[in-house]
Amino acid sequence: MSKGTLYNKVWDAHVVEKLPTGQYQLFIGLHLIHEVTSPQAFDMVAEKGLKVAYPQRTFATVDHIVPTQNQARPFADAEAEQMMGAIEKNVKKFGVPFFDFDSGSQGIVHIIGPEMGLTQPGMTIACGDSHTSTHGAFGTLAFGIGTTQVRDVLATQCLAMDALKVRRVNVNGKLNPGVTAKDVTLYIIQKLGVKGGIGYAYEYGGSVFDRFTMEERMTVCNMAIEGGARVGYVNPDQTTFDYLQGRKYAPGADKWDKALAYWKSVASDKEAQYDDVVEFNGEDIEPIVTWGITPDQSVGVNDKLPEVGRFSPDEVKTVELAYRHMDLKPGSPIKGTPIDVAFIGSCTNGRLSDLREAAKVAKGRKVARTVRAFVVPGSQKVKAAAEKEGLDKVFTEAGFEWRGAGCSMCLAMNPDKLKGREISASSSNRNFIGRQGSKDGRTMLMSPAMVAAAAVEGRVTDVRELMKTS
Amino acid sequence: MSKITQIEGKAVPVEGNDIDTDRIIPARYLKEITFTNMGKYPFYDERFDAEGKPKGHPFDLPQFSGAHILFVNQNFGCGSSREHAPQALMRWGIRAIIGESFAEIFAGNCTMLGIPTATVSQDEMRKLQSLVKAKPEIQFTLDLEKKTLLSGGKEHLRFDIHESKRNALVNGTWDSTGLLLANAAKTAEVARKLPYVAGF
Repeated sequence: MSKGTLYNKVWDAHVVEKLPTGQYQLFIGLHLIHEVTSPQAFDMVAEKGLKVAYPQRTFATVDHIVPTQNQARPFADAEAEQMMGAIEKNVKKFGVPFFDFDSGSQGIVHIIGPEMGLTQPGMTIACGDSHTSTHGAFGTLAFGIGTTQVRDVLATQCLAMDALKVRRVNVNGKLNPGVTAKDVTLYIIQKLGVKGGIGYAYEYGGSVFDRFTMEERMTVCNMAIEGGARVGYVNPDQTTFDYLQGRKYAPGADKWDKALAYWKSVASDKEAQYDDVVEFNGEDIEPIVTWGITPDQSVGVNDKLPEVGRFSPDEVKTVELAYRHMDLKPGSPIKGTPIDVAFIGSCTNGRLSDLREAAKVAKGRKVARTVRAFVVPGSQKVKAAAEKEGLDKVFTEAGFEWRGAGCSMCLAMNPDKLKGREISASSSNRNFIGRQGSKDGRTMLMSPAMVAAAAVEGRVTDVRELMKTS
Repeated sequence: MSKITQIEGKAVPVEGNDIDTDRIIPARYLKEITFTNMGKYPFYDERFDAEGKPKGHPFDLPQFSGAHILFVNQNFGCGSSREHAPQALMRWGIRAIIGESFAEIFAGNCTMLGIPTATVSQDEMRKLQSLVKAKPEIQFTLDLEKKTLLSGGKEHLRFDIHESKRNALVNGTWDSTGLLLANAAKTAEVARKLPYVAGF
């Protein structure tokens, strides 16, 4: 059993009671909501005659259904407009702060929380979205939940939860040039599998994480859930504190020292005990591309696709389905696979540093004629900051479309969708069948720089080859 | 809230590992602001072709019509936290799911709806799926108190289920709001002690 880890400390500080079921009642310090998984929860609260218990601890925005091109109201999609109307009505009725289009702070829920300093070390965080694990980058326990659980948080500010085991995931050494946080997280998932994290919280550490910026840490924690781990986190350090200082909801100068003391106190002890420890070397990681229908079906960009015989018998069916769906052949290289669509954005890779990395590749080049390419900033603030640096011009001059903030083609609940059998190079997090809006559509996940490289070459490319010539 | 101790009925097999919640319910159906219609959509894109004609998915085969127990394999329900997935299965008629393993958010969502997620070994699941394909008319009884699955009235095997989930179901406390509200005073006390809630 784990002891002295951040997981243990934060969990213990938030336990209200052990419930008769054996679960724990856990206080939730920050509740983030969006338009898709909240309307039924608000209805359930109202039906029970309850109120929102701690309205000042819930914050709302809109991201999943919002169009990224024409955001004028009413939306062209009547269902999206109805959903927008529902959250507007609910936040007003229950007194929840709302970051809407006019606020200048709207964006993907997992991007705006950190950006505004709402996400702080030592918190428990819940949101009706599986990628809530993103917030773990700050040393929080951040849980993705379903709608009935959203109801519980609204009504009680608590969740009934089972305790997790803790696995320390170390990545030491140095990353090679062209290898990004996205490649690190895809590599970890490739090695530990999509089921490997079931029952665990992942504590990421090692020198690679020590050197990572907050945005890089967020990219890794974002995909903890794709490895089956309900939460993933990095211990807070000076990088975390520097990121938070001066942000809107971060503690002010008069409170800073007290905040620092709490934040430092929750980090895992040097002699902390883990349920499991795994070690990886940064030098072993290449730019990674997924070839299948689960995020662990991936290879290094210069590798050949694995033979079916390499997989254990119980995985063969999924592997065969993956090859059929993707129309790719075992033994053939992934590099050179032609693409139809290039998507840069999402809660995994829609932050300013992601756009900068992609822009470096796009600069002075042109999107291939066969490719539809677009860049979707993760928030209105990311968009504004990128435009200030002229990144929008770099992208549009290269032939990328420059869009408004939202989830876009990560899950295609909005007009951004694959059509028919189109295949995308995508900086998002899931390559599931049908994920990007066409049941026959295909997705290859990779880093934003790799997506930009694929966009300009028209096919999967090792971004390092373009870096040499730029 | 009702105590859930036994679930009886026919079973339906849906084979394959890592069946994610996007496959269980495509995102376009999440635009509805109530769960009312979700029973029409489970596995929609795997069940119907472009013209809306059934493709022969187990959910559309007459021999499995009216089934209440779903047999699945590993990591069922991975991916998105959308509760629409268990809502869709429940509203289609599923009352219990037996599998080799479940993604945690999905299993938690199922418990909140009173749907047990029970686990058996890979070998046992293969046998169960073969059995129900050969004899779809068999009536199963999932007994949560004894943790046994009876087929055709005879004890077939013992299953596992997370103990806290089992307790919540058999004691009728799976809809947790009541339990959590009962500790409102203690909640306020915990909140007061947290430095960040107190504003440092």
